[in-house]
Amino acid sequence: MSSPAAPGRVVIVGASLAGLRAAETLRREGFRGELTLIGDEPHEPYDRPPLSKQVLAGRASPAHTALVRAPDLEATWLLGEPAAALDPHTRTVTLAGGREIGYDRLLIATGTRARPWPAAEEAALDGVFTLRGRDDAERLRAALAAGPRRVLVIGGGFTGSEIASVCRELGLPVTLAERGPAPLSGALGAAAGSVAARMQRAHGVDLRANTTVMALEGDGSGRLRAAYLSDGDVVEVDVAVVALGAVRNTEWLAGSGLAADARGVVCDAACRAFDADAVVTDDVYVAGDVARWPHPHYDGLLLAVEHWDNAVRQAETAAANLLREPPAPLRPHRGLPAFWSYQFGVNIKSVGLPTIADEVVVTQGAVADGRFVAAYGRQGRTVAAVAVDSPRWLPAYAGFVAANLPFPPDLHASDAPDPLRPVPAGLALDDRATHSPTAAVTGDGPTASDRSTHRDPRSPLTAPPL
Amino acid sequence: MRVLVDLNRCLSYGQCVFAAPSVFRFHGAESLEYDYAPGRALAEEVRHAAAACPVQAITYAEEPSGE
Repeated sequence: MSSPAAPGRVVIVGASLAGLRAAETLRREGFRGELTLIGDEPHEPYDRPPLSKQVLAGRASPAHTALVRAPDLEATWLLGEPAAALDPHTRTVTLAGGREIGYDRLLIATGTRARPWPAAEEAALDGVFTLRGRDDAERLRAALAAGPRRVLVIGGGFTGSEIASVCRELGLPVTLAERGPAPLSGALGAAAGSVAARMQRAHGVDLRANTTVMALEGDGSGRLRAAYLSDGDVVEVDVAVVALGAVRNTEWLAGSGLAADARGVVCDAACRAFDADAVVTDDVYVAGDVARWPHPHYDGLLLAVEHWDNAVRQAETAAANLLREPPAPLRPHRGLPAFWSYQFGVNIKSVGLPTIADEVVVTQGAVADGRFVAAYGRQGRTVAAVAVDSPRWLPAYAGFVAANLPFPPDLHASDAPDPLRPVPAGLALDDRATHSPTAAVTGDGPTASDRSTHRDPRSPLTAPPL
Repeated sequence: MRVLVDLNRCLSYGQCVFAAPSVFRFHGAESLEYDYAPGRALAEEVRHAAAACPVQAITYAEEPSGE
């Protein structure tokens, strides 16, 4: 791979899971040139999934989730200072402090950050938290360990639900407010969300579905004291965790001419970035949570996927393509979205894209037993599956989704309900959930716009009390 | 040392829990948790756990790599 035309300098902006795996792939594929990783956090790359689970529960230290990495990376790490601008014509990245870094090929893996509470003065109250990074986890863990009277979780997506689960494990009273009809409904639909709702209530969560938090109130010394809910209730809380989903880190690309906006950076299936004229570049690549790309399995619609597995595989594909010299073929990134979550003592795994489904059916096991698999269908084809405490069944369903098999799938499973009862999946919710789905279709072509499509998380769907 | 499990690949067979019970454990029936930074004395157990994993989801590094 070290041909004369091979790039001399590769810069990776983003030093988390995708950035690290891309760097390792570059070296493994024979890249011998200068390799620089730029990261906004001061820490070396660490694993984020445990932060809302065992780290928060106090079973693991936030300082002990560093990622295994190749020992011979020979990279320059510029940590603790974010990239602030990109000029693709001079091939220069400018850091927040003004330092300029030149490149021959660039990989953008800047990921996401937690969506903040929209009222800045309320967000600044002592006791109001978000959870995305290691430092967030450290602070929230200390607040939970101090034994608050009650914790409020704003948003019932996967992160919010996992945090509520940890609170109950710690014996803390917790209220979870979700604008949608049920927790997880934005990602898995209202039908599956109703199972999550029953699970949360069975574990003692004060679940307020179809409800928003309209205001947070502090006491005289700036400490969080109470939350005003759209159902008219005022809840006294010491800790509020804002779990409204993610914001893509694309502001630094404003003015770069790339197809980058609040929805992410558009790239092709080979991970090459598009510019705002919908022309694909040949020296800028994208991977991980910040990417949107046309997925051949989903009619070429642009997917944005905030999953661990996608970060790893898209980074590997981007890095291999970044080094490729014609006529070597480009590799497509076309794996199915897949993720896992642990909450309320159960393991939830998913494959495919539940958000596009119109129907869902329990295909194995029984909801009442707490172990089951549900398949999702769209227009008679299987598009996704979710397994609750049944992980070993899921690879078979990944095969059904990949092969576009009919829905409901004909399994002949000994533990299948008879007859199968498909129900509406409850996913056509148009941004009604307070949280955002972690894998979703985000449009159908490479454009850049300044439209913000996100609904204010305080606005309830019905009239609030005066 | 450092340990990382690809929990997407993990199917909760639990062979690692048998091989290295002080590093890997179940939290609930099917949810694997593990120590990301076990002491060097556990290296042999971790190697056995990685070899025993039916879906090869476990990676490890004997030394933390500092740069």
